[in-house]
Amino acid sequence: MSRINLDMSLVERARRAARHIADGIEPEIAANTTTTIERTVLRLLGLNGVDEDGVPLPNVIVERAQAAGLLGDGIAYWIGSAMVHEGQSASEVAKRIARGDLRLEDIHPADEKAVREAVEAEAVRMCAYIRGRRLERERLIEELDTAEPPYIYVIVATGNIYEDVTQAKAAAKCGADIIAVIRSTAQSLLDYVPYGPTTEGYGGTYATQANFRIMRQALDEVSRECGRYIRLVNYCSGLCMPEIAAMGAMERLDMMLNDAMYGILFRDINMRRTFIDQRFSRMINAYAGVVINTGEDNYLTTADAYEHAHTVLASQFINEELALRSGLRPEQIGLGHAFQMNPDMTDGFLYELAQAEMARAIFPDAPLKYMPPTKYMTGNIFKGHLMDAMFNLAGIISGQTIQLVGVLTEHIHTPFLQDRYLAIENARYVMNNARHLGCEISYRAGGKMEERANEVLTRATAMLEQVAEIGLMSAISQGMFAGVKRDPRGGRGLDGVVRKRDGYYNPFAALLMKELSSPGFAPKLWHARAQVQSHARAQARAQAQAAAEGGCRG
Amino acid sequence: MTVSGVNLDLTRVRPYGDTLDDGWVQMSFTLPVPCGPEATRAAELLCEKMGLDDVRVVYSHDIAGSFTFFVVYGKCVHSVDFTATKVPKVNMKHMTFDEINEFIERRIGRKIVVVAACTGTDAHTVGIDAIINMKGYAGEYGLERYPWFVAYNLGSQVPNEVLVAKAIEVGADAILVSQVVTQKNIHIDNLTNLAELVEAEGIRDKVLLIMGGPRITHELAVELGYDAGFGPGTLPSHVGAFIAQELARRMAVFAPPDEA
Repeated sequence: MSRINLDMSLVERARRAARHIADGIEPEIAANTTTTIERTVLRLLGLNGVDEDGVPLPNVIVERAQAAGLLGDGIAYWIGSAMVHEGQSASEVAKRIARGDLRLEDIHPADEKAVREAVEAEAVRMCAYIRGRRLERERLIEELDTAEPPYIYVIVATGNIYEDVTQAKAAAKCGADIIAVIRSTAQSLLDYVPYGPTTEGYGGTYATQANFRIMRQALDEVSRECGRYIRLVNYCSGLCMPEIAAMGAMERLDMMLNDAMYGILFRDINMRRTFIDQRFSRMINAYAGVVINTGEDNYLTTADAYEHAHTVLASQFINEELALRSGLRPEQIGLGHAFQMNPDMTDGFLYELAQAEMARAIFPDAPLKYMPPTKYMTGNIFKGHLMDAMFNLAGIISGQTIQLVGVLTEHIHTPFLQDRYLAIENARYVMNNARHLGCEISYRAGGKMEERANEVLTRATAMLEQVAEIGLMSAISQGMFAGVKRDPRGGRGLDGVVRKRDGYYNPFAALLMKELSSPGFAPKLWHARAQVQSHARAQARAQAQAAAEGGCRG
Repeated sequence: MTVSGVNLDLTRVRPYGDTLDDGWVQMSFTLPVPCGPEATRAAELLCEKMGLDDVRVVYSHDIAGSFTFFVVYGKCVHSVDFTATKVPKVNMKHMTFDEINEFIERRIGRKIVVVAACTGTDAHTVGIDAIINMKGYAGEYGLERYPWFVAYNLGSQVPNEVLVAKAIEVGADAILVSQVVTQKNIHIDNLTNLAELVEAEGIRDKVLLIMGGPRITHELAVELGYDAGFGPGTLPSHVGAFIAQELARRMAVFAPPDEA
């Protein structure tokens, strides 16, 4: 239940502002497609592989279609026309187009109804396949998922998928519940997805469909061995958001980092491109039963965590609204935040805990993703280990869902095997030792923590209302988020934004949205007990709202 | 110099546990063998080979069934001659924000132009932002805020070629390159490549070439042909003071004698 007394009328105002903000970019999203969305359509129609120069086949075809000015119709329209004329499957005609045996320009537009029938039959099969993978996860959760939140989340980042497997299995055996394979540092800016298993990477391992499959298989093995379902995470961000979402859906990834603004602010990816891409990528995530993780923690790596806490909250409201519009359920929206205040600050822990409780109270159903201290990790591993313990304590008290456990060697190297063991031991010790501490605590009315949480909420609401007034794109241009200014015409990937023509066709957008908008769509994400906790939080929210309506505070 | 009333021999310095010259060190590591008495013995033997006496494996723990983590104490048998240690340091005097601006106004007489980037595949802007951006770092303003600096921050994942082209375009006095990712020494290749490019473009004697990052030392910088290297904890004023002083030094060398 919500233990910190918040002004819930402000939460309502903030959500209303977030809806206005999302309304403002909706026409942009509706009117355009992108090269990566069209490549995703090809992948979902069964096209995979690379040409003799190593260029992924979806890229080969989409580049040609764009050059020929055909992309505005949707690549599915032209594939479908070829299917009708040639009497072949989507992947057969796509392969012929990629080889150059069939020129896109030579395909005659076929009857629209016939095109849609032909393509849809295959699209329905892919949707069924993805649904099957989701149901497979749900069965594994029934059978094996026993962990209690906060789920212990660790990263592996060797650059070599086979070495990653060794490290991931070891981490799972030490008690990790969730394994994230960090991507190679440049991948977010690649306008294609590398192909096949990879053994070379910098600061991480390339996200490829083959690597996803290798790690999924390894984690399934170790899940059986440990008797716990181990979840797999990768990055659905950068210039190929929807393609990676599709690959993750096919390979049963459980979580995806997916933020509506991260790429714009921190990777200088064009904002129009990002807004358009995030919608389709999140629809796929939603359908696959993936929990997304947003990246608000990044705001605090450069900005001061105390001064700029409200920007994290403001971004959470925007991410939440955009995610809901993509069909994600609240239980799938893992909003991010972080424990990043200067450790020298008097009462810093109180403020961190106040903010963690605030996030919990405002987003009662969200599987919040809590990020550990990194900014003030110095190389003094002993103090760092202690800071990580304080972070774990804040996590267990405030009931965070996904706890990315801090590693004592942060800022020194990517974690050694032993660093991860020590990090997990630290988290398990603190979380077990203080398991129900949060249930015993209520915060003093009018105290420092209540004051802090309401101050952050007030500032976030004011910021959102200002953003709603000027529009999200102008707000980003003016540097309102993370102090980074981005031009709507600048950044990478704008050349991949294509205006849809009348009759634009993407079979998957409609098929996915149809199922996602049905009230019965409720992917099972955690085991029964964790879900019950979520219901308890929902009840707490209802109570808090009733209290707010009853005139408690303002 | 005395420690605990005993004369310290600076030519033979050893670790200090609780008694001068006891040599105690602490260490932790992992061996890829299952936990057990044999693993502990292996750890002891390894520590002896590393030059430790009286090795005590105080803690060993299984990791995932096939690795063992150790915490070890031992007495180091080696010593070092402290009087003979030499560390290359950036040659400069610390100055404040105001002192640097005043120094440039007086000694250089024009604004100093700086271009900066995190080059190669490295996506981390944390370091370069801390030094260049207005808001700066740890309560100090970045170079953008200095009235006597013109700073261009090109951000991350910038090709070396783009950084050098920008330096030529704006007539930069200094090129700052940040490297955060150092896995498999990728930064060495990238930094070497940048130095070669600057040389090939014929602007090496016109610019100060400066590197920075959490694993960067001045020694590495000198080795790779840079003018300075700044490691962790560097503040914008450190970099600013170095650039101003070094430029002034060079101008003095090349200036006509009567102005020197």
